[in-house]
Amino acid sequence: MDLLALRELLPELILIATGLVVILVDLVTNDKRVLPIVSAVGVLLSIVFTVTGLSALLRSPFVVEVYSVPGAVSADALAYMFRLLLSASTLAVIGASSDYVQRRLIGARGEFYALLLFAAAAMMILTAATELITAYVALETSGIALYALSGFLRDRRSSEAGIKFLVLGGVSSAFLLYGMVILFGLTGTTSYAGIAPALHAAFRENALPISLAVVLIVAGFGFKLAAFPFQMWVPDVYEGAPTPVTMFLSVVSKAAGFGVALRIFHLALGAPPVALEWTYIFAALAALTMTLGNLAALRQHNIKRLMGYSSVAQAGYLMAALAVPNDTGTAAVTFFLISYAVTNLAAFAAIIALTEGLASEAISDLAGAAQRSPFLAFCFTIALLSLTGIPPTAGFFAKLTVFGVAVNQGLLWLVLVGVVNSVISAYYYMAIVKAMYVGSAKDERTIPAGLALTTVLVCTTALTVLLGIAPDAVVSAASTAAAWLP
Amino acid sequence: MIEIGLSHYMVLSAVLFSIGLYGVLSRRNAVGVLMSVELLLNSVNIALIAIGRYVGGAGATGQVFALFVITVAAAEASVALALLIAIYRDRGAVDVESATALQG
Repeated sequence: MDLLALRELLPELILIATGLVVILVDLVTNDKRVLPIVSAVGVLLSIVFTVTGLSALLRSPFVVEVYSVPGAVSADALAYMFRLLLSASTLAVIGASSDYVQRRLIGARGEFYALLLFAAAAMMILTAATELITAYVALETSGIALYALSGFLRDRRSSEAGIKFLVLGGVSSAFLLYGMVILFGLTGTTSYAGIAPALHAAFRENALPISLAVVLIVAGFGFKLAAFPFQMWVPDVYEGAPTPVTMFLSVVSKAAGFGVALRIFHLALGAPPVALEWTYIFAALAALTMTLGNLAALRQHNIKRLMGYSSVAQAGYLMAALAVPNDTGTAAVTFFLISYAVTNLAAFAAIIALTEGLASEAISDLAGAAQRSPFLAFCFTIALLSLTGIPPTAGFFAKLTVFGVAVNQGLLWLVLVGVVNSVISAYYYMAIVKAMYVGSAKDERTIPAGLALTTVLVCTTALTVLLGIAPDAVVSAASTAAAWLP
Repeated sequence: MIEIGLSHYMVLSAVLFSIGLYGVLSRRNAVGVLMSVELLLNSVNIALIAIGRYVGGAGATGQVFALFVITVAAAEASVALALLIAIYRDRGAVDVESATALQG
């Protein structure tokens, strides 16, 4: 193999190297506060390389030449866009978690950052993978790191979250793998680009095994994307895992899941007769997922658990765009993921500060938080407005884009379900705002928020508003990148 | 004498997968659940190696894929056992029905 091709994996290799350096530094130093700084420097370096690659690709008008690790990892603009999304979100998670890790994860801080970096690197490879073996190994590498991270607090709830996540994740991977193997058996190849024409040719005589493979792959991804009826692990894991891990799961892991789903469904399974099978399944699952997520969120009292159901509901909106098998669908998924990422990062940065400062995860205990920390409450409110989809925030434009492509695809009923769901979601999102602004605090002291966390909160909140006011640049970048996916 | 072919292996793999799935759903001991997950992955390995042997043009892809699956299964088992030890220290049992701290 051409060693030079490995330079296309530079962003991932930097993250992996940084993870190893963090473990070494953890061994030799007593001041553990240096660990998030080392991690952040590594991620920043990786972001620099990603941005350089992405801007070069977005400037070139045509798909001239795509350098890639032969037959395994693509280096197209969409892959770079997801890399940037994943690494920038990881940086935000590291920034928001540094105080939490310092206080709560004594004795395992180096491993926390290392696992976070390994998971991020695996997810970046996952979203760029162009064949099944690479995708499977990357998916499992990130998964195993996440199982360990979910159980990191080692208390009753955290270990239970870890083992539930592991067992359900293991079973879902087995479903996905079985579907992949059937595809491999039918086509004799593991490359997405090779599978599509082979399936098209074999559809007439092998319709049944192809349908079985599609159903198994949809079920496998259903778990990963938190789609109905495979969403049951989400609230438990979100509640039990350490809050920064919940933040990572809800943003980075979700973006990676949709990134790989885009490639597998729109590329490998995107040829017309096969695509017809899963687009209807996804449209139906999208409606059920958003409805279940929103209805279940209505009766939650724990903020992390509520965000779990909120994340299920948001997955429903994303799946509505995933059910559109062309480049407008890909662009809508990408833009929604970017705005969802900045919004949820802001929300979780606030949640980490609030739950740690109040020593409670109950929504009722947020009473008077706005008096104690007006700025924290303000940023959290912006994030919640964006999650509801109220202008002028990123969430509004993201939903508008998704509903727009769904209508063009003839899925008007799905859009109506989505709009009704947005109204339902306003109830529980605004209940959090009400809890913060109405009612008085028992304690008058300011809720502590470290410098790194505040920086993350300010940047993500600003981006949430900015994407709502001037989304044009990101929208056009997303559609340019989406056009690279054939 | 029946010639053993690809379809026999695929049926064996499907049967093993179903047994594994039944085990995941019915076992009360978490170690038993994990063994059933291993069974799921191994049933896939049988299918992979059979496809690698019988389907033309695939080269050694099936066998290589199976090797990766085995590696992943080993890594997953080590994390699973570490989590089970943490749970056992906390509760003195690894019964899945006692996992009720997270509900609602």
